[in-house]
Amino acid sequence: MAISDKKHNLPDNRLERVPEYGCAPTGSTAQMRLADTWECNPGWRGWFSTVDHKTIGLRYLVTAFIFLLIGGIEALIMRAQLSLPDQTLLTPEQYNQLFTMHGITMIFLYALPILSGFSNYLWPLLLGSRDMAFPRLNALSYWIFLFAGVFMYASFPLGQAPNAGWFNYVPFSGPVYNTGPNIDVFALGMVLLGISTTVGAVNFIVTLFKMRAPGMTINRVPILVWGTLTASVANLITIPAVSLAFLLLWLDRQVGTQFFDVANGGKPLLWQHLFWIFGHPWVYAIVLPAMGIVSDALPTFCRRPLVGYTAVALATMATMMFGFVVWVHHMFATGLPTVSLSIFGAASMAISIPSAVAVFAWIATIWLGRPVFKTPFLFFAGFVILFVIGGLSGVMVAAVSLNWQLNETYFIVAHLHYVLLGINVFPVIGGIYYWFPKFTGRMMNEKLGKWSFWVMFVGFNAAFFPMHIAGLLGMPRRIYTYSSHMGWDSVNMITSIGSFIFAIGILIFLVNVMISLKRGVLAGSNPWDAATLEWSISSPPPAYNFAVIPVIASRHPLWENRLNESSERSSLSEGYLLTTGHETIGTSPIDAKPQVILKMPGDSYTPFFAGLFVSLLFVGLLFHWWTFTGVMTAACCVTLILWMWPRQSLVQRAVSNAGHSSQNNSEKI
Amino acid sequence: MKHNLYMMPFLAVLITLIVVLPNAVQASEAPLNYFLHSYGPAARPTMYLGWVLAGLSVVICIIISLLLLTALIRKRSRSDPYSIDREGGGLLWIYIGTGISTIILFGLVIYASMILNQVAKPPQTPALTVTVTGYDWWWKVEYEHDDPAQHIITANELHIPVGLPVLIKLKSADVIHAFWVPKLAGKTQMIPGLVNQQWIQADVSGVYTGQCVQFCGAGHAHMGFEVIAKSPQEFEDWQDAQRKTAMPGFETSEDPGYKVFMDQCAGCHAIRGTEAAGTHGPDLTHLNSRRKIAAGLLTNTPGHLKKWIMNAQELKPGSRMPNFALSDHEIAALMLFLSNLD
Repeated sequence: MAISDKKHNLPDNRLERVPEYGCAPTGSTAQMRLADTWECNPGWRGWFSTVDHKTIGLRYLVTAFIFLLIGGIEALIMRAQLSLPDQTLLTPEQYNQLFTMHGITMIFLYALPILSGFSNYLWPLLLGSRDMAFPRLNALSYWIFLFAGVFMYASFPLGQAPNAGWFNYVPFSGPVYNTGPNIDVFALGMVLLGISTTVGAVNFIVTLFKMRAPGMTINRVPILVWGTLTASVANLITIPAVSLAFLLLWLDRQVGTQFFDVANGGKPLLWQHLFWIFGHPWVYAIVLPAMGIVSDALPTFCRRPLVGYTAVALATMATMMFGFVVWVHHMFATGLPTVSLSIFGAASMAISIPSAVAVFAWIATIWLGRPVFKTPFLFFAGFVILFVIGGLSGVMVAAVSLNWQLNETYFIVAHLHYVLLGINVFPVIGGIYYWFPKFTGRMMNEKLGKWSFWVMFVGFNAAFFPMHIAGLLGMPRRIYTYSSHMGWDSVNMITSIGSFIFAIGILIFLVNVMISLKRGVLAGSNPWDAATLEWSISSPPPAYNFAVIPVIASRHPLWENRLNESSERSSLSEGYLLTTGHETIGTSPIDAKPQVILKMPGDSYTPFFAGLFVSLLFVGLLFHWWTFTGVMTAACCVTLILWMWPRQSLVQRAVSNAGHSSQNNSEKI
Repeated sequence: MKHNLYMMPFLAVLITLIVVLPNAVQASEAPLNYFLHSYGPAARPTMYLGWVLAGLSVVICIIISLLLLTALIRKRSRSDPYSIDREGGGLLWIYIGTGISTIILFGLVIYASMILNQVAKPPQTPALTVTVTGYDWWWKVEYEHDDPAQHIITANELHIPVGLPVLIKLKSADVIHAFWVPKLAGKTQMIPGLVNQQWIQADVSGVYTGQCVQFCGAGHAHMGFEVIAKSPQEFEDWQDAQRKTAMPGFETSEDPGYKVFMDQCAGCHAIRGTEAAGTHGPDLTHLNSRRKIAAGLLTNTPGHLKKWIMNAQELKPGSRMPNFALSDHEIAALMLFLSNLD
């Protein structure tokens, strides 16, 4: 434990402090001091230097949603092209760039970042902390994500966007068959984005294990936290594989290495392994936190806690464990030995067992609860059925010999959209409806909300269900046109109409956001009468989140009096004050006993500039401006030195044992 | 209001059905419809597996939907909306639901493995080996023979004898493609630097459509082929015909069509028995014996052939076949020359 090391080095007890314990009601001096300390600078300076997790979270949400809209428009253009046979709206090259950018945008620039947005915004609020463990790293993660997104779109207006699919198989993406800058932009962009995802993942993991409010033992954290934790661990393990793959590809293309060059003994299959060893766990990384959103928010509308909390939390982790051993199901048709295929096929079927746990937990929660039909609830209930359809088609695809037929047809397109739209987009939109009052202080319009749900739900099924049929009729993926005698006309027409209906649903949602931002009913701190900590503070939350760091006694701090499951009560208005600078409490990983007073960094420009310089470094690599690249590397180093420069104000303080009586557990370390 | 909302999904399904049904007949005849049609032992067990899995999925989906709908709308005794129900309970749902799912999945794993075992290898040693090589964006088909003179090269057409397993060796000349004749077997990738293999067998004579199903670039949508299954006798006849070189002596350097061919086409296309020996495009020795041109895109008629020569880039954008700007005189001579390639 770092803190005990520090004690050995510094035997004097100046670094020990008894954290004050008490109340800080609105208007008290303690509360004003907190506001003074935590609120960021006004104007553009604050805009570039803020490390507030709430601001960063909202930026993630807005940026990722804009990418969702861009990816959606790309999809609509493709659906227009495919609505009728033998259309010539798009050339094959344009179509290939569109479907590639659609995949890259949705999978890399929307699906995970939007969940990072929720988690960034919500984690400290759910866990009862004043910020993430590494606020500046958090800001860096956002800036690099933004720059990487812009980077990957830079060649799009020139008609030179990535065009080999998001899976980017070699040798088609190699130097011989793809000579333009298209793939270089993708390869470098992915390595850059990998930095963002990695530092984000580290931040989540450390935050969970160190930043929970005292008393929030590991079995009391919300399921969203479990989801994001498992996703982050998976990212940390798998991102190196994909970053390596893209780096090797870029070296092949620009430096003359031959990792994937068949003529010189390179292996195209190596790419597929490296890509899918990353790609499949990633699929779970972009759904598990969204499943967590449902597991946490659904109970609020069922007026009872989630059925089987422990089972769902364990299922979340089990899914990820299985997720590491199923990547070969993307490669069943590559000629691997049938024995290994059947093992990976069995694992791919078994992965639906933990999913079944979650599905029955949600249905039981609704069944045993008393549902309140508000908009977020509709999205979560609708999600359950989409999840089941996507899961069942997933089981079909896991049967090896059937996969040899289904794979690379529209059946897969249907399956993956049920999984990714059903399990990501529906919970995300539901989650925005749910937490919008916390984000903005205003409720979203219910009437428009219900319209948006039904239009989206009908449009979604009309668009994507017929794709199953198209796949069974043999329609291959990634074809820019088809001939009328193939028998795919009507399914494609229905799909195209459905996709536009779905888009109208999204549009209604956006209109609702715009209207509600200005004219929504004021929400108050807990409009849904929910159970978790974020609803115990004002909407929107103050910069310091919690005036006092609460002490937690159960999984449902705001429902304790009514659940009355034990005599213990969480203490929300009375807790650790910590008003000497940016401070929050650090606790032990499992039992959440207070260990350390964490001195948090304030606003800083270093994350923005570190992100900017590292992104420019990649621009230099793209254009082969070697001197520029060197200068940017140096600039990065300088920024990091400034970032790391030791500061007196950031020396951590151990929590002294003279804590409050309710904290008789807290111990000196 | 509430009831209206619940009706909407059903209404949507109903409308969809009304639109789809008239087209269902057309769809069931779809040339790549492997879900309803299979014509050989490499595909049929998988088709049954597909029916079982699809049927099971529909049943489970209906059961879960009913459970969910009942959970949503079932009558509840009135109670204080402010009250919160206890956390315990409901675990039986998870135990039973997950238990049943696990048993079904376990059964499916065994069933799927058995089917895999059935279709992975042919029941008897293949009678014939054909090598298919994927090119951007067409298929080279070779029938090897110990005597090189008996070697057959053709393009975009696989002729096989009915009722016998045929081993297909799969190669690629450039990027990854995938070989797929859905009514006869599942797909296999063609990976540069590797020789993959699969087997097919047709129990009924006829023409089976195939298609590249691994994204391979601009021409991916137009990379089709056909498998033509015929009686062993007809197959022998076809082989004999294909083994012949182009009609000896019909080409002379004075023939204006031959000259155009040698100037414009021979860089990529070969005609055995002449000096044309290009290897980038399909071998044209028996061009007129083929049903289709341009990898399944057009039926092989003189009109289509002429259009293809003049306007390949419009018909198949990005194709390696350029548009040829030939004079009326030249194209007429070339067409006459090509008409001899039986």
